[in-house]
Amino acid sequence: MSEQESVTDRVFGSSVERREDRSILTGVAEYTDEKLPDAAHVAILRSQYAHATLESVDVDQAENRDDVVAVFTGADVEESGIPNDIPTAWSLPGLVTPQYRIIATDKVRHTGDAIAAVVAEDRYAAHNALGDIDVTYDRLDAVTEPDEAVDSDVTVHEEAPDNVAFDFTIGDADAVSEAFSAADHVTSVDLEQPRIIPNAVEPRAAAADYDPDSDDLTVWMTSQNPHLHRMLMSTATLGHPEHKLRIVAPEVGGGFGSKIYHYPDEAITAWCAKQLGRAVTWQATRREGYITDCHGRDHVTEAQLAVDTDGSIRGLRVETHAGLGAHLSQFATATPSYLYATILSSEYDIPAIHCRVIGAFTNTTPVDAYRGAGRAEGIYVTERIVDAAASELGMDPAEIRRTNLISPDEFPFETSVAMVYDSGEYETAMDRALELVEYDELRDRQRELRDDDRYLGIGIANFVESAGLSPSKAAGELGAAAGGWEAGVVRFHPSGTVTVACGTADQGQGHRTTFAQVAAEELGVPLEDVDVVEGDTDAVPQGMGTYGSRSGPVGGGAIATSARKVVEKAKRIAAHSLEASVDDVEFDDGEFSVVGAPDRSVTIQEVALEAYLGHDIPGDAEPGLEATSYYDPENFTFPFGTHVAVVEVDPETGEVDLQTYVAVDDCGEQINPMIVEGQVHGGIAQGVGAALYEGAVYDDTGTLVTGSMNEYALPRAHQLPDYETDSTVTPSPHNPIGVKGVGESATIAAAPAVVNAVVDALEPFDVDHLDMPLSNERVWRAIDAATEGDS
Amino acid sequence: MTDTTREITLTVNGTERTFDIEPQTLLVHALRDELGYTGSKVGCESSLCGACTIHVDGRAVKSCTLLAVRYDGAEITTVEGLADGEDLHPLQQAFQEEHGLQCGYCTPGMMLTALSLLEDNPDPTRSEIRDALKGNVCRCTGYHNIVDAVERAGELMAAGEPELSGAD
Ligand code: FES
Ligand code: FES
Repeated sequence: MSEQESVTDRVFGSSVERREDRSILTGVAEYTDEKLPDAAHVAILRSQYAHATLESVDVDQAENRDDVVAVFTGADVEESGIPNDIPTAWSLPGLVTPQYRIIATDKVRHTGDAIAAVVAEDRYAAHNALGDIDVTYDRLDAVTEPDEAVDSDVTVHEEAPDNVAFDFTIGDADAVSEAFSAADHVTSVDLEQPRIIPNAVEPRAAAADYDPDSDDLTVWMTSQNPHLHRMLMSTATLGHPEHKLRIVAPEVGGGFGSKIYHYPDEAITAWCAKQLGRAVTWQATRREGYITDCHGRDHVTEAQLAVDTDGSIRGLRVETHAGLGAHLSQFATATPSYLYATILSSEYDIPAIHCRVIGAFTNTTPVDAYRGAGRAEGIYVTERIVDAAASELGMDPAEIRRTNLISPDEFPFETSVAMVYDSGEYETAMDRALELVEYDELRDRQRELRDDDRYLGIGIANFVESAGLSPSKAAGELGAAAGGWEAGVVRFHPSGTVTVACGTADQGQGHRTTFAQVAAEELGVPLEDVDVVEGDTDAVPQGMGTYGSRSGPVGGGAIATSARKVVEKAKRIAAHSLEASVDDVEFDDGEFSVVGAPDRSVTIQEVALEAYLGHDIPGDAEPGLEATSYYDPENFTFPFGTHVAVVEVDPETGEVDLQTYVAVDDCGEQINPMIVEGQVHGGIAQGVGAALYEGAVYDDTGTLVTGSMNEYALPRAHQLPDYETDSTVTPSPHNPIGVKGVGESATIAAAPAVVNAVVDALEPFDVDHLDMPLSNERVWRAIDAATEGDS
Repeated sequence: MTDTTREITLTVNGTERTFDIEPQTLLVHALRDELGYTGSKVGCESSLCGACTIHVDGRAVKSCTLLAVRYDGAEITTVEGLADGEDLHPLQQAFQEEHGLQCGYCTPGMMLTALSLLEDNPDPTRSEIRDALKGNVCRCTGYHNIVDAVERAGELMAAGEPELSGAD
């Protein structure tokens, strides 16, 4: 067998079809709203205003309706004596942490704040009764923009009179000042990154069942991390004993970050179930989702780049006002600080970087991690300003990038913002992308078309993503209130089949397929003999969940580590039954054999049976064949790549036609290339959406103007092109299976690629920057402003 | 039951079902909550996402803004009616082969919209497919593989794979 064939024969690395698909395709897969069909329904009254004092909440009329079971207010929750305070999971120096109640009591701070909860016999009755609740508000002025909030007379929380939750800095300010004085040229860009509404197509939901006799409380919910939800509900909101609380994430219809967090809603649902001793269920309407699902981004940034005329970057200075919304969600503090500022070096050797981030409370929906979280915002800043510098220096955007790339022999590479990049062949991936898009030909074509008043633009974005989040100890030192590990169990059954359990939680990524591939490869058993269990706190010992592109590297790492422990133990049992020394036994493709005597062999399945019989195992071995690992990564992993977007802008209408999109990603080893490509496709669409269509807008009163899918434009099939994807493979040396993670990469790259392309197209109009979303109107106005003088 | 309750009959995936319904009940909730056909999803309740798309009397419609009482006597196909026993419908097969789904929440609606397209136009171009799907939001796949899947389903259907069985 040639080496080529043996590679493709591996189950790890092959595009096997997803085992998740059949039940979804036939309509039998169960999502949260399908879990308790006979339960009573919860509906939640949201605030009419973004900022107001609650004078009174009168629920009598609603409660008197025949079909209403009960109505609860914030006072009822408070009186029940539960902890009632949703916490942030990452502390920063000087952080202000006001109480975040599951139902508001005295004041509402954004239109998503809950004021009362109705429990009724069916979903219509519950929603109808909301109209019978009489709330008297004393309305207050609102503030919605993070940069305005810090100078505003409006105070969202009394604990933070200037609305500043934190003021974070990283990097060496003096070194940056020196770099700026020494550099030939300084490029400045002021930019905004609008709020993104995640829009998982399945709205958030929770269904709760409580047994007063046993005190068992079970909550099915749209969760990316059931164990975190369990811990937070147990310790921070409900006070229900952790060992009596079971959280199940059944089929989950997308998340993109929005289903990481502990929201008031699942706590309210579970609390109602406990109060009433009956099963209740809740699902957000889409409008409710728009004002309550944590938004992403919301940055206002001033950035300067110190650069020499040959394109060498000397320093980068960034100051950002980050909107946090009305309450601190779990990663609201980490996302715009450590996840953002530490990636500003992108793929470049930038000797000095300094970044300051002021996190501000506003009367808006809480902001937290959304696909790309922090890294997307950081890479956007760097990739925009590098393009702007190229344009000012008259350099080709590919050339300025090439000049500053970190070269392969510099790894591990320590950036000036505290990251140690693992591995990378940045130039190889960039060259591949430029070759695929036919970069030189495109530049020629761009020149020709301009002569006909047609405006083609080519946008390049390089990126590095810090994935997997960090080792527990490092995270703890930086303020995290959670670990960075993942738990993985590998358990042989006596008959030779295998169950794998992992603390991650799928929302469409296909973990049940890919994790089975990891285990089957390690154990040398048939793929169909491996079952994967996820998303149930009763079935998985512990877990940290799915976010930060961590499931592949950290979850996969945990499973591989456990599988290797199982093989180690099995090897000792095999040696015992083969009457050989352990050192003389080798393991290959599910079989243990004696070196030099290949006919003396035993399969891992035979060993499993022996392990459970316990009749003939080494004297110092316990029966059984399973292992649990809490795999704590050595470091982040660092996926990278280059994306190129090609657009044509119609100067008459401002319309941007995205014609070509090329993505070259390096996510290290690929467990399942088909799934990797799917992640890249979906990521591109979200990045393009942000660049061209999306962006949440508030009016001055704090009302979300883009409050439904009518006003908030999600990218649709006819607005997106086919994508051309390719990959390079630079295994991560930090990871047992060489995997770097891929969930967020493409979203990070796509927004700057598309914006760079549009700005490139508008070069003849002297447009040096435009903020997202690049709507027809925004682009047309920029062209119009530039051409006004000519007409 | 209240005095406004009405009795209606729907034929869902070939099975006739007679049941009582409130006049305000939406067709998608009648199917999901009253009859247990939970394959049709609810993503927006405003005709904007397409997750609730079903076929009513052979036409793809969004069932989240239709009142169930007005469809007394209608023939309905939901995703549960696509497969023929254990045999997947060509659309289901193609979505699986082409990795046209991730979380799957949009998928039932996507397939039923695509089915209408392929019934009208058995060999659509990629841009015709994209146009036909513009009322269905998918946040996971970026659409590329969905377009591949619909193209592939068209080929499979043309090659005489089993026809839609549920509605007959
Ligand atoms: S739920 Fe019907 S279109 Fe969205
Ligand atoms: S597969 Fe998740 S919305 Fe389409």
